[in-house]
Amino acid sequence: MESREVIIHIEGVNKWYDTFHVLKDINLQVYRGERIVVCGPSGSGKSTLIRCINHLETHQKGRIVVDGTELTGKVKGIEKIRSEVGMVFQNFNLFPHMTVLDNLTLAPRWVRHMPRSEAEDLAMQYLERVQIADQAPKYPGQLSGGQQQRVAIARALCMNPTVLLFDEPTSALDPEMIKEVLDVMIELAKENMTMVCVTHEMGFARTVADRIIFMDGGEIVEQNTPEQFFNNPQYDRTKLFLSQILSH
Amino acid sequence: MMLPAAPQIKSFTPRPDLPPPVGAVGAIGWLRTNLFNGGFNSVLTLLCLWLLYKVVPPISNWMILDACWVGGPEMCGQSQGACWAFIWHKLRVLLIGTYPQEQLWRPSLVGVIFVLLTLATVSGRFKTRHLLPAWLFLPVLSFWLIGGGSVGLPVVDQSNWGGLMLSLGLAVVGILVSVPLGILLALGRQSSTGIIKPLCVGIIEPIRGVPLVTILFMASVMIPLFLPADMQINNLLRVQIGIILFSSAYMAEVVRGGLQAIPRGQLDAAKALGLNYWKMTLLIVLPQALRHVLPSLVGRCIALFKDTSLVIIVGLLDLLGMAKAAAQDQEWLGHNAEAYVFCALVYWCICFSMSRYGRSLEKRGAQQTR
Ligand SMILES: Nc1ncnc2c1ncn2[C@@H]1O[C@H](COP(=O)(O)OP(=O)(O)OP(=O)(O)O)[C@@H](O)[C@H]1O
Ligand SMILES: [Mg+2]
Repeated sequence: MESREVIIHIEGVNKWYDTFHVLKDINLQVYRGERIVVCGPSGSGKSTLIRCINHLETHQKGRIVVDGTELTGKVKGIEKIRSEVGMVFQNFNLFPHMTVLDNLTLAPRWVRHMPRSEAEDLAMQYLERVQIADQAPKYPGQLSGGQQQRVAIARALCMNPTVLLFDEPTSALDPEMIKEVLDVMIELAKENMTMVCVTHEMGFARTVADRIIFMDGGEIVEQNTPEQFFNNPQYDRTKLFLSQILSH
Repeated sequence: MMLPAAPQIKSFTPRPDLPPPVGAVGAIGWLRTNLFNGGFNSVLTLLCLWLLYKVVPPISNWMILDACWVGGPEMCGQSQGACWAFIWHKLRVLLIGTYPQEQLWRPSLVGVIFVLLTLATVSGRFKTRHLLPAWLFLPVLSFWLIGGGSVGLPVVDQSNWGGLMLSLGLAVVGILVSVPLGILLALGRQSSTGIIKPLCVGIIEPIRGVPLVTILFMASVMIPLFLPADMQINNLLRVQIGIILFSSAYMAEVVRGGLQAIPRGQLDAAKALGLNYWKMTLLIVLPQALRHVLPSLVGRCIALFKDTSLVIIVGLLDLLGMAKAAAQDQEWLGHNAEAYVFCALVYWCICFSMSRYGRSLEKRGAQQTR
């Protein structure tokens, strides 16, 4: 890899919900242009980990540095970092009271102070890319799940993020719609977008990921290239997980 | 090598939509299904018809057929029905209180502006960002015109303000101030940091714990006792503040319900895009929260308007107060009923309009999200 610039640096991170130890001593480096897939059983702390990366959750111990900014303790100007780290959620979380176009222009206009017409041009450009430009004047409630998730991806892209975080972006979708969302994500990967994806789509992980992280019980059990991960897992826990997830 | 003949693949064609089955329609069908479906309902229907027969004719006789529409007290004395001439005679007092007759154009002008602005708002053709400043400016303009004291307008003392003008004034200012104040209190109550939350709870709960009458008494009688003589603020303003505080506490609880209905994902998404607290609140949270609670918010506004009738107990003469005073006129004795029926009609018209307007707002919102 040409430049090994670290975008996300996670070092000895621990987090507790009250007395419940969700993240145990997590260490992870994500390089620019890298695609990381995070997987693991339900409740293993995957969501919590990627929500820590844009400070939607706070960690209590260790360090997280995103693009040179320390996200530890009380952070000044967290909005700046968040505007550079895009996030796509399982439940889309589009704003139901705004049209698709307004959903996309919101952040460029109000965070980046872009003039309305410019923001709308930008938004249309990204809607075009996720192939739903014709839905721009509709409200999110009028779209299918797959379309909503593509809008959500376009909304994140409008801020021209350095990193994109995905938290199970296809888990709430009907099988027929999963592919249209995965296709968009594969396109992004081809353009060297830095991505951290929590997903159980193992086909996607195999073809797109540079590295797969396997978590269980709040720990990173194992991280490896897809090839090694699927063909030659190092831990019995990983083997068990793979046998369960690939068997159905 | 021969492959076995492939089984012919069938193509799936969706069936066309059919209209729903036709039920019993027409007038007879409607009567059957709505009024006479079953023995018990038939009996109820007949009972109601009998009641209507007993009640409607006497009321319409009193209100319309036997009523005396014009003339003086002596003509009214002879008629069996209502004396609407009395209302006509007292109309000015009922509408604007004892405001001097030669300055009548001032409240009239305010009234015309108020009606025009209301129509403009209800028509739905103007944007909120244009209407809102107009509504905020209205009380200032009205105060300046009705109160006088500058550019050659003679001062009219506040003791002469009354009637419907006073009721509407207290209600409009009350709504304009207590809605934003209620929103702020509700937001404060949700806040997780420091002193703000206990402060807001400390304002909301005590106020919700006492009746409005108590607050009005406090405002009118107690506050002057505590304030030094040179810091006295006039009675009307104190009462207005009392109404605003009372209403804000209730508005806050209504808005809080809406805030709680916002899914956490909405906040996550807003934060993840880099919006700060105030942008998130103004652009994402409040538009959705207020839409959720619009029916109860309109309900609170209607309640506030009706509550203004309580100011009579601290000596202000609003519409109801003026009606009561008018009925005591020595010349026109015995017309309590007409005065109160008139008040009821005015209150009903205004409240019903507010309610209808609230419905239309709800519909507009519903069209957007579905
Ligand atoms: N706000 C919270 N308060 C207390 N416990 C929480 C909270 N959020 C999550 N947890 C717990 O932390 C653990 C990890 O949650 P997390 O959502 O990170 O898991 P996950 O790996 O994303 O699982 P899933 O695949 O179900 O999304 C779970 O056991 C969950 O019950
Ligand atoms: Mg999760």
